[in-house]
Amino acid sequence: MAKPNSTNLGGMIWAYAVLAVFAFISVYPITRIITVSLRPGDRLLSTSLDFIPDGATLDNYRVLLFETPFLRWLFNSLLVSVVVTITGVALASTAGYALSRYKFRGRNSMLGGLLITQMFPATMLLLPLYVVLINLRLLDSYLGLVVIYSATALPFCVWQMKGYYDTIPPALEEAARIDGCTPWQAFYRVIFPLAAPALVITALFSFMTAWNEYVVANVVLQDTAMFTLPLGLKMFQNDMSTQWGLYAAGALLVSIPVVGLFLILSRYLISGLTLGAVKG
Amino acid sequence: MLEGKTTTAGLKVQQRTAAQSKTREARQRTLFLWGLLGPTVLIVLAVVAYPFVYNVVLSLSNMNIYHIRDWEVIGLQQYASVLTEPAVWVVFFKTVVWTLVNIVFHVGLGVWLAVILNKAFIVGKPAWRVLLILPWALPQYITALTWRGMFNYEYGAINLIGGVFGMDSIAWLTSPFEAFVAVILTNIWLGFPFMMVVALGGLQSIPGELYEAADVDGASEWTKFWKITAPLLRPVMIPAITLGIVWTFNNINVVWLVSNGGEPNDQTHILVSYVYEAAFSMYRFGWAAALSMVIFGILFLFTQVFLKKTNATEAAY
Repeated sequence: MAKPNSTNLGGMIWAYAVLAVFAFISVYPITRIITVSLRPGDRLLSTSLDFIPDGATLDNYRVLLFETPFLRWLFNSLLVSVVVTITGVALASTAGYALSRYKFRGRNSMLGGLLITQMFPATMLLLPLYVVLINLRLLDSYLGLVVIYSATALPFCVWQMKGYYDTIPPALEEAARIDGCTPWQAFYRVIFPLAAPALVITALFSFMTAWNEYVVANVVLQDTAMFTLPLGLKMFQNDMSTQWGLYAAGALLVSIPVVGLFLILSRYLISGLTLGAVKG
Repeated sequence: MLEGKTTTAGLKVQQRTAAQSKTREARQRTLFLWGLLGPTVLIVLAVVAYPFVYNVVLSLSNMNIYHIRDWEVIGLQQYASVLTEPAVWVVFFKTVVWTLVNIVFHVGLGVWLAVILNKAFIVGKPAWRVLLILPWALPQYITALTWRGMFNYEYGAINLIGGVFGMDSIAWLTSPFEAFVAVILTNIWLGFPFMMVVALGGLQSIPGELYEAADVDGASEWTKFWKITAPLLRPVMIPAITLGIVWTFNNINVVWLVSNGGEPNDQTHILVSYVYEAAFSMYRFGWAAALSMVIFGILFLFTQVFLKKTNATEAAY
């Protein structure tokens, strides 16, 4: 790894060259998705590297929207993700507040316990819950999915909210209490609105946990009509006959909203993460 | 006398009501605290603590496809069977390689790009940042499935681009070593932006005077990086690296989806995908639960030791 020297022209060219190469590497796979999604049905298996393919068409999008269960999967994914988001925000905003403002017995072990769950392998909770779901005959239902996703997203969200509350001076609640607010009012009317940036991140994180999840859904859902988007898109990539055009069109439609949100909010995501990590 | 009596009595009453209101306040505080924490504690107990305990029980049981309802606790047999299965050790070795290679590249590329991006003369920083962050923003499963397509022997972009430069096509997904390289390449691609963003945040807090002083002393870029940037980035990078290691060690998505469940021939696995297959393709529930515990144990021990070590050396700065 050679170091560019910022003072001379060579160093500047070198720095821009490195950035350009990595920017290209970052963007290229995404351009491939766009290209493949625009290919006409008879030219999906093509060895061309052109960005806009010969005979570009939106046909894949039409087929995807009207001849596959894509819209149904979209609805399923939205349903699951929204429920997980609401649960995540409601629980993390209150629990994070308690952990930030009050010293009580078990507080530190609670915070530590939440961190430990990050070390669980995917199967650690999935396998027991799977056995429970079989016994309760709850496989192929969204309840199981929502419960597992919430449990996955919650520890990070609680830490992130706690970290943010730590940066809000307690004098604000004290003032509100003197003005006659109950503790709940002081929290709900004064602190909660101030924590809006952290709430947005918590919501985004919970939403993306559910929106982007494949491994758990693959175990819990078996009926095609119940599928969430990741399962549906994976189905297009069958061993025997990969429907590349449909896959690419779907991948693009699914990614655009979350990538957009992510790019806008990523700055806060990382600040929340470091706050949570640095402050004990 | 009389007056004094009433005052002391009045004082006592006052004290009592003060004490009463104090206990009432304490009770209110407890109630409020539990109102805030209760729902989360309940959910965590139900869907984290209970399954965890259940997983411990399963790991001591003989549950599998033949004994799904009539299972019984059989002791530590499953753990013995996990530790004596040679394939587990091979997969463990691969997991360590996978984690190390990924983290080295994530941190190396991430810090390198952050340092370049942080240079004063770079124009259009927000635009570069957005382009470089895209791999992190794309949903992981889409990254994995898309790269699987790009690794296709005949039609995949990687071999096609290689062909332009006169390289022979590589059977990425059908030979064990190449498939392992393919999953690692995919994961390096999606992982470096996270470290880059963390490092960018850390670089902001390094005072510029340090570099000016170093310039006066005639220090090279290389010396400045290792004497100023690296030590001052450490406190920010250590938590991120710890998280990164845990996440990478446990990242089933990329391995599972790029290799389509361990292809070729179950050669492309890390521990977490191996245990996923044991549980949900082969229904070796007890065995899989035991292996889950082993994975968790490894990560738990690792983070304890790693954090202690890095903290201890941090005091030196």
